[in-house]
Amino acid sequence: MRSKRLARYGLLLALALVFSYLESQIPLSMAVPGVKLGVANIVVMFALYRLGGRAACLLSLLRVALVSATFGNAFSFWYSLAGAGLSLAVMLSMKRSGWFGCGGVSVAGGVCHNLGQIAVAMAVLHSTAAAAYLPVLLCSGVVAGVCIGLVSAVLIRRIPA
Amino acid sequence: MDRQKRRDLVLIALLLALAGLLWLILRPSRAGAWVVVRVDGEEWGRYALDPDRTVVIEEKGRNVLTIQHGSAAITQADCGDHTCIRTGQISRSGETIICLPHGLVVQVVGGAEPEVDGTVG
Repeated sequence: MRSKRLARYGLLLALALVFSYLESQIPLSMAVPGVKLGVANIVVMFALYRLGGRAACLLSLLRVALVSATFGNAFSFWYSLAGAGLSLAVMLSMKRSGWFGCGGVSVAGGVCHNLGQIAVAMAVLHSTAAAAYLPVLLCSGVVAGVCIGLVSAVLIRRIPA
Repeated sequence: MDRQKRRDLVLIALLLALAGLLWLILRPSRAGAWVVVRVDGEEWGRYALDPDRTVVIEEKGRNVLTIQHGSAAITQADCGDHTCIRTGQISRSGETIICLPHGLVVQVVGGAEPEVDGTVG
């Protein structure tokens, strides 16, 4: 039923936007850019496990586009896109393989998001300087991924169809 | 514990181990002697950490680099996020300050005594 799906996606997208916005208001790290909880990933995880890979991709990419259009800039768009793109690709293949649970998929998603952003930063700066942030971002990505994974797992299990 | 959860934990452990390893490898330790300023990958200027000075870089935006007491820091910037300022001071070989919107990388390089105090590109 098309309109029902549209409404559902719209709702999830709005939720992801609100999460992104709220999160941007609470800076987690002063000196290291990119350290964040990734709360919007809860929506992506939910979509991935309950609605399918296509829904997850659509929601994630739309979220990136809208967030950078409303409170970002052309610059941040490419970073977010790279991060979200890599994150999605990895999450999709990990889920499909069946080897990992929600926690692992979420952790990989979070870490890959940061990796994608660092890769773009290195390309833009023509320098490997950004790689210095890897240790911090890997750790924060793991911690955030675990938290998000836990919340997502509960929602995936409990929210009625 | 089911297989999936076990693999999740292994993944987490591997990632944390990787983070630790990278930290050990990338950790700057030697005291530096120069700062190299690059904009979009091209060397823009090179300054010794020794005499205190202030450098204004206005290539893609405005950043003020202050060299004081053997360390360097960005003290003013007109980029949106000011991450470069919040990075603080760098003084050890390999440490960097990055201002992404301005394509700016300030990196400490160490080693031999410099022959000239500084050049402007």
